[in-house]
Amino acid sequence: MSEKPHVRLEMLSNPLYLCGARELVAAVAKRLSFDEMACCQIALAVDEALCNVIRHGYERQSDRPIWLSIFPEGPADKPDLLRIVIEDEAKQVEPDVIKSRDLEDVRPGGLGVHIIKEVMDEVRYEKRGEVGMRLTMAKKVGVSDSAGSAPSSASCTGCNHG
Amino acid sequence: MAEASAIDIQIDKRDTAVVVSPKGDLDMSRSPALRNSLRAVQGDRPKTLVVNLASVEYMDSSGLATLVEAMKNAKNNSTRLVLCAMNQKVKALFEIARLHHYFNIVASLDDAIGS
Repeated sequence: MSEKPHVRLEMLSNPLYLCGARELVAAVAKRLSFDEMACCQIALAVDEALCNVIRHGYERQSDRPIWLSIFPEGPADKPDLLRIVIEDEAKQVEPDVIKSRDLEDVRPGGLGVHIIKEVMDEVRYEKRGEVGMRLTMAKKVGVSDSAGSAPSSASCTGCNHG
Repeated sequence: MAEASAIDIQIDKRDTAVVVSPKGDLDMSRSPALRNSLRAVQGDRPKTLVVNLASVEYMDSSGLATLVEAMKNAKNNSTRLVLCAMNQKVKALFEIARLHHYFNIVASLDDAIGS
């Protein structure tokens, strides 16, 4: 992974700003030649990851920092992978305990990790030094068929303001 | 600091059905408003409750959780809950979460009223 992110966003842990983060990553992914479905999936994964930080990491405190970094990888003129890193200063947990739940048990909540793992090609949680967690996830260009049957023609900006 | 944003939610009566039609993204900032509306409507134990998703362009797991809760309440109240008019992106989310068989999902509002 290149050392310096091509895009870096610092945001507060306020759900109001999820929309902006989704729109940013979807727009960058689209410009990097990801198809529409992949852009939707990347935006969804980022949304779910940020929700988990806000809900579980910061226990819904809305004024804590979250950093989102974007690293295109591969040939400079045609990146073939998008790596996204989300970091926080929330309480640390053992990465092994962050896992999907049993989907047969239908109940509200707890789907975020499953969704992230379903739509991204790589997902890794780790502790971030003395404080906070880091989620690194990546998606390869041209791999967008893991999320069901949505057509590639579906419009997606990651954010709709209506 | 505000953490939830307003969402336009229209509530109509169609015969014996109540139709709840949210408009806009259903994410963590907006799902609580839909949850409150659904709880209020379900307090009257309607025979049929339709959630019309025609104007919902984007949904995340917060929206799913809201609808799962509504479905559980509907089952407890013997209310028939129907989801209708969801776009392909929203439908894909239900499939990723393996929830597309848990709900009664139909293509249009007319189908929901008549189903």
